[in-house]
Amino acid sequence: MTAASVENGLRSSSTRRAAARARMLRSLLPALSLALVLMAIAWLNPRAISYFGFSLMLNLAIPIALATIAQMFVISGNELDLSIGTFVGFVGCVTATWLKDAPLLGVAVLAGSIGVYALLGALIHLRNLPSIVVTLGMSFVWQGLAILILPKPGGKAPDWLLSIMAFKPPLIPFPIIAALLIAAVVHFGLMRTSYGVILRGSGGNAAALERAGWSLLRTKIVLFALTGLFGVLSGMALIGITTSADANIGNGYTLLSIAGVILGGGEFVGGRVSPIGAVIGALTLALAASPLLTFMHIPPDWQVAANGAILIIVLAARVLISRRER
Amino acid sequence: MTSLRMLLTKPWIWSFLGALLVWLATIAFTGGYGGGGMITAALSLAVFTVIVGVGQMFVITLGPGNVDLSLPANIGLASAVAMKVMDGNDSMIAVGLLAALACGMAIGAANYLLIWALRIPPIIATLSASFIIQSIDISYGRGLQIKPPPGFADFANWQILGIPVLAMLTVLFTIGAAIALQRMIYGRSVLAIGQNIRAAWLAGVNVGRIRFFTYTLCGALGGIDGALLAGYFRGANVDIGNEYLLASIAVVVIGGTSVAGGKANVPGVWGAALFLVLLLTMLNTFGVSVGVRLVLTGLIIVGVITAAGGQKALR
Repeated sequence: MTAASVENGLRSSSTRRAAARARMLRSLLPALSLALVLMAIAWLNPRAISYFGFSLMLNLAIPIALATIAQMFVISGNELDLSIGTFVGFVGCVTATWLKDAPLLGVAVLAGSIGVYALLGALIHLRNLPSIVVTLGMSFVWQGLAILILPKPGGKAPDWLLSIMAFKPPLIPFPIIAALLIAAVVHFGLMRTSYGVILRGSGGNAAALERAGWSLLRTKIVLFALTGLFGVLSGMALIGITTSADANIGNGYTLLSIAGVILGGGEFVGGRVSPIGAVIGALTLALAASPLLTFMHIPPDWQVAANGAILIIVLAARVLISRRER
Repeated sequence: MTSLRMLLTKPWIWSFLGALLVWLATIAFTGGYGGGGMITAALSLAVFTVIVGVGQMFVITLGPGNVDLSLPANIGLASAVAMKVMDGNDSMIAVGLLAALACGMAIGAANYLLIWALRIPPIIATLSASFIIQSIDISYGRGLQIKPPPGFADFANWQILGIPVLAMLTVLFTIGAAIALQRMIYGRSVLAIGQNIRAAWLAGVNVGRIRFFTYTLCGALGGIDGALLAGYFRGANVDIGNEYLLASIAVVVIGGTSVAGGKANVPGVWGAALFLVLLLTMLNTFGVSVGVRLVLTGLIIVGVITAAGGQKALR
């Protein structure tokens, strides 16, 4: 890595300009893939590009975007959360039962679950554990708890949550406003504040950060707690849309959230993530998964494959661009 | 005494001790009833975890970041392919097994192709591949409850003196895997790559070929596992491999293989697989509900890993 940066400094200005162009192209890639999917939808079914069409197509985009942001926080610390899907399901079950019937208990349980995430971060750091295995284990715990809370699909979302999610602003559909808001808030927090830099630095160069006097234990705890917080928001948003819960409701979110982060230009290591990209990635996946395929008359069997194919195509494009960046 | 101390320093001993402890706890609960039958059942179920566990172990040993997340999808597709090729016909068993093997190998090779061509972390490569495999499986095996040929189902459930034949064969296979790992150029190369990929390359190890071979091997083991599972449970379905994602990674880690790569342990995979299966049996014997069973399984896995801990993360 250091050799590469020294080399960077010695480069002539023309190659540096070409590299800057490639980097720019690379950061535009998430937006380009979203635009491509939107254009395909517009071409196949022009009527879908309307207020009503977007509200319908992006219906589930808010919880997916929130789960993707949750995943992005752990990834920026070089970890991975394979339990986010079942955690969203657990939050959903709590939201549809306790949060409605006994709001105080519900709030306490949800706050406690964020605390559990913070503890996991501490555990993973202190014992130097592989986060993949720990969170895989935790995915069983969340699923088990969800089944204990809600053995059969059911429950009901609190009324205030239903009215928030049913909000119909003028001109721009609610999912788009919500996505913009989420992206802006997280972008400011993680990319523009000084502690955000420290958080990303814990994934970029942990040793340097530690020598500069920052607590790596604290950054890990904060990153995991933020993952828990956005996981809770995702579960609540999901129940606000579906109105009732099921213990398995969030299971698909683990893979979707990882795919969304990577689609949005995030890297697995090095603290290189992009909140705006992550939200765009989540929207692309939400649109490409069902509406696009339905318009193309592709059977639902191939929805999962479409996610995989999009991921591979975008990564291939990124490799082509990165080759020029070098 | 010294030999006992020697034994305690082996990383795999703990998983066997854990399995023994769980078994004793269950026997104490039932008052000694069904202890033998429990071992028979545990052996026959552990086989499937051991086979994919060994594949996952080789992949994880390649070093940080190497893990195969496509195993569940691979197992699902291979089970469907095997059952369709066999078509309930005893004479087609060998062909069906070969088809499952070829299917698994193709998936493993495709995984490595993605890693190599797109230069992406194996986690994402195998994840994207698993999306596609899953869809192929859903549309290929849709609506079909495909039954194995009677001969194959009998073979997968065959026992001699209470010991499943499949378990005996798997013991032979794991001995072979241990020899390949510790005494053959291939295994030593895998360990060398896991310890330091650059040093291995400078020492003349053909890194690309060894990695390709390892992913293909892991895929092939997943394919065989799918066929055997379909035989044992008398039918293939899309979800048949789902539990083997956690199981394959967990047995590798609990069994004493380093998640940072470069240090593998074959006997530990057996111990850990028996531990996990017996744990499930114990919780079922205690009569706990599904929810409690899931919570306890998760907590025990996290607990065991915390106790074993002290190694560098997967990536």
